[in-house]
Amino acid sequence: MAEVTRSAGAVATAPGRPLPSDAAPAPPQGPAGGWWTPRGRERILQLAFLVPAVAYLLLFFGYPVLQNALMGFQEYTTRSFYTGEAPFVGLDNYVAVLSSGLFGTALLNTVLFTVGSIAGQFVIGLGIALYFNRKFPLSGVLRSLLLLPWLIPLIVSGAVWRWILDQDNGALNRFLGTVGVAENPGWLTSTSLALIAVIGVNIWIGIPFNTTILYGGLQDIPQDLYEAAALDGATGWRAFRHVTWPLLRPVVSVVLVLGVVYTIKVLDIILGLTDGGPANATQTIATQAYHLSFQEFRFGEGAAMGNVLILISLVFALLYLRANRRALAR
Amino acid sequence: MARRGASLRTALPALVAAAALALTACGGGGSGGGGGGDVTSLRVLDYYNNEPDKTVYAQKLDECGQQAGVTIEREVVPGDSLIQKVLQQASSRTLPDVLMLDNPDLQQIAATGALAPISDFGLSADGYQEGVVSASTFEGQVYGLQPVTNSIGLFYNVDILNEAGISPPKTWDELKTAAAALTQGERYGVAFSAVADYEGAWQFLPFMWTNGGDETDIASPETAEALQLWVDLVNSGAASRSVLNWKQADVKDQFAAGNAAMMVNGPWQFPALDEVQGLNYEVVPIPVPRAGESVVAPLGGETWTIPQTGDPARQAKAAEIISCLNTDDNQIALATERTTVPTKTALRDRFVAEVPRMAAFTEIVQTARARTGKLGPEWPAAATRIYTAVQTAITGGAPPLQALEQAQNG
Repeated sequence: MAEVTRSAGAVATAPGRPLPSDAAPAPPQGPAGGWWTPRGRERILQLAFLVPAVAYLLLFFGYPVLQNALMGFQEYTTRSFYTGEAPFVGLDNYVAVLSSGLFGTALLNTVLFTVGSIAGQFVIGLGIALYFNRKFPLSGVLRSLLLLPWLIPLIVSGAVWRWILDQDNGALNRFLGTVGVAENPGWLTSTSLALIAVIGVNIWIGIPFNTTILYGGLQDIPQDLYEAAALDGATGWRAFRHVTWPLLRPVVSVVLVLGVVYTIKVLDIILGLTDGGPANATQTIATQAYHLSFQEFRFGEGAAMGNVLILISLVFALLYLRANRRALAR
Repeated sequence: MARRGASLRTALPALVAAAALALTACGGGGSGGGGGGDVTSLRVLDYYNNEPDKTVYAQKLDECGQQAGVTIEREVVPGDSLIQKVLQQASSRTLPDVLMLDNPDLQQIAATGALAPISDFGLSADGYQEGVVSASTFEGQVYGLQPVTNSIGLFYNVDILNEAGISPPKTWDELKTAAAALTQGERYGVAFSAVADYEGAWQFLPFMWTNGGDETDIASPETAEALQLWVDLVNSGAASRSVLNWKQADVKDQFAAGNAAMMVNGPWQFPALDEVQGLNYEVVPIPVPRAGESVVAPLGGETWTIPQTGDPARQAKAAEIISCLNTDDNQIALATERTTVPTKTALRDRFVAEVPRMAAFTEIVQTARARTGKLGPEWPAAATRIYTAVQTAITGGAPPLQALEQAQNG
């Protein structure tokens, strides 16, 4: 370890060496025009401020995405990591991935998981946000307690929920037993219930995010609008329908699109709860991509699967941008 | 460049920072690699991050380091991140001098060319159990030496079986009757792991292999019979349906809590089970289809390799360390302290005499074979097919043979 840092330090100072000599000659006044007009300098300065952000994006976002896209067309195996050889195989990876019997199941599960999770998170999150929008004693404390699921590491929530949902000794089935449900439902062991259980847990995890953002949106709606609406006889549901909802629309679209992008790639929760089982009942495109890459070491196919996921997310990102532009235009 | 003056100077630190960041990301390795002269320290990578393994190996590695005249710089990572780490290091040429690998992963890594054959450094696996060596062999060359191995057996709760007047089952039929008789109230007769990952496949292997099943084509009547046994155990209620979601650690918890009278598991559970007050348990080989057969179980354990670091002097020192971990005394010591079995067959009698509780596992290991013995780097795909079929059959998605055919044909 010590050696690692030592060599890292050496590397870090090397490119820095020109700095002192760089500063020594005073900046000569360049010939007029071009970059050396005040406007030109301004321009350089602006670009300089952009460099860190652009470099960051290219390095940590552009490069991995590009590499992943490339990998999808390569036969990329453990061998490729050492030799650097990864022959291009055209669309073979996509053909293998899309024609496997599992792709249909994984796609359907991804859709059900995403739609189910978003619907649940959004409706419950909005309900809670509306509830807390009215001031009452301890509302601040309660609202912060609501953030709890968000603060627990996903691996921990997964382990706790696995215990709660256990068929024989789980807390949920014990509870159901005391209220008279004799048959122990196999929440994580039945192919018909497992996906529902996993969606349920993911809803629980997503509620704080939805509540927080929607609550913020609600706080921005001026109170006098409600007073004016009340004068016109719009209270309760009608106030929500004609005042709250239209004004909350931009926030809603942000929450929904971010929600889709977050949910579609959920991995740890599913791995923690079921590992994609039983019998692939909770296998999604994300878990399948992970499995192909990191468990079967078929990195090319895993990348192809991942790219499918990126494409789907991209569609939603574009929808979001369009919705945003339309909102701005209005 | 210097001419650009003041405005650029603001940007330069940012550029330097970015460049440094990028370089340090790739750097870090090659440290001390070039010299080729005196080797004073060796980098070791393994995944023994739990007790007692962590301390046992720390001591052994230091001992061996002292003998070889080097200090050991050991890095321990969690088990499931080791392969990713190794692949990163392989692509940035920063592999350690001594690398531990889980035995079914060795061929995968050896196939990359990142490992050196141990014969290059005068080591050999003569006298080691054949199955163990086959896991460390890729295309005719041995790439690792494994000091100790393990496998899985049938643990039983002595008190519960005595109370019911049942002796530990030896055949599948006895297993079914015993498990049914031992199922009472909230207690199941037997527990095993049929989880949707490699642990589930690993636990199914002794049943599949002993009955003549083969991982190269799982859609066979022999494998189907073995799967039928598991399906029957679950459907009759002698095993919980939760086996579908239990990892081996969960199975151990159920057994320790008295929720299962018997379980399929391995000797690495001994330390945890010994801590449970009032738990009195023993181990026998996993029941076989017909009386008199001997079980074919999968071999576990980790193998120690010498990566291609490009520095023969360091590699030679690494070979000394690995040779030291594998002396007769150290194999026995590691096996004793980690409740595993020495891989040199000549040591077995001495070992059982010294550590009688390991008798059952020593017997199981005799006839055990490696997961990657036949398929090599193709094993992960086969394991995925196996556990998928197991899950399909137990959930009732398809009868065993059909489930196996579906999985085999993808």
